[in-house]
Amino acid sequence: MVAAQTPVAELWRWLAEIADPEIPVISILDLGIVRDIAWTRSDDGPSVRVTVTPTYSGCPAIGVIQREIVALLHARGIADVTIAVAYAPAWTTDWLTAHGREQLRAYGISPPRVRAVAHADDAIDLTRFVDERAACPRCGSEDVTLTSRFGSTPCKALYACASCKEPFDHFKSH
Amino acid sequence: MTDARDGALFAYVLRLGDNALVLAQRLGEWTAHGPIVEEDLALTNVALDLLGHARMWLAYAAQVEGAGRDADALAYFRDQRAYRNVLLVERPNGNYADTMARQFLFDVWHHAVLQQLGNARDPQIAAIANKAVREVAYHVRRSGDWVTRLGDGTELSHARMQAAIDAAWPFTGELFAADAIDDELLARGIGANLATVHATWRAHVERVLGDATLAVPADGYMQRGGKDGRHTEALSYLLAEMQSVARSVPAQRW
Repeated sequence: MVAAQTPVAELWRWLAEIADPEIPVISILDLGIVRDIAWTRSDDGPSVRVTVTPTYSGCPAIGVIQREIVALLHARGIADVTIAVAYAPAWTTDWLTAHGREQLRAYGISPPRVRAVAHADDAIDLTRFVDERAACPRCGSEDVTLTSRFGSTPCKALYACASCKEPFDHFKSH
Repeated sequence: MTDARDGALFAYVLRLGDNALVLAQRLGEWTAHGPIVEEDLALTNVALDLLGHARMWLAYAAQVEGAGRDADALAYFRDQRAYRNVLLVERPNGNYADTMARQFLFDVWHHAVLQQLGNARDPQIAAIANKAVREVAYHVRRSGDWVTRLGDGTELSHARMQAAIDAAWPFTGELFAADAIDDELLARGIGANLATVHATWRAHVERVLGDATLAVPADGYMQRGGKDGRHTEALSYLLAEMQSVARSVPAQRW
């Protein structure tokens, strides 16, 4: 009951405690998955509605994240929680926060490049990949080579550093 | 099928979902059988994208139908006559060239269709298409890469890639054959214009096959029927495997 009037700003702080299940150093807020938090009114009284957006369409983490949001809010005394899934606008790695990018790097994952252009208007050359300039998260070298465009999760590609000889994951710009 | 509140829209979305689901299942068959571990991961990542698309499309189809079914019910409890995917995606994996030929010819079509659906006068279709199209752009580049590498590779890889393109070609006609459902959805500002999709597809396929030193096959007799539920034998085996667990324990939750 104490939580019935919890300010929305406080709810945002709470959800910042939830980490991405596959990359546990980054919060779901830093990843840009939580699009909106709002108090609404259901038949049973006040209710919190959390709007989330999936990263990649098939990413299995979204189900876990939804359950964790509901569990955390229940634990803090908010009984009525609904999760809305929004597909539009489509998630992009441009929504990763600067804080989140730095955490990825510290964890050993090269963060995605920020792309200022609107994706929908991209003139996409479908005949070839433009390999991203990733930097080694360990030594900072840009002398790196792409090993595989698909890594351990849909959001990452596998690179190897020619300077320190370490392989690393790169979070693809998307 | 026809008792849906909007039968044409339901059928249209079902086709999109079934294409993605059946191809995802086919690619999933490569799990632990890829030629190298990176390819194994890549094929299954593409499968995962398509499975995600299938879930979004089928959930929307179920909502349009309004008959109390959900995405799982549509995926696991329809028999092959009720599936509406094009025949191309149900073709068996064959060798790696066969898998890549099927993937490439589908990916180019898929991307062109999704680009148009991004402007659909149906917000949910537009939202799903705009999300999916960026993942599919990755698919097109990847499968095109392989067609080029194998086509412009060794004598053996060239011969196999050409044979794979030739064998898949008669299944491409169905991608562009508009029927009454396509015409209705196009008229309503929702569906893709398959004539312009064909032009886009043809230009890209010719360019990549040219780079790959492969010949563009002549358009001969084209197979069709998948969009109406008339499938090849191959789909039965695929569905039998995909649906077996759900049908063995229909009320199971985990």
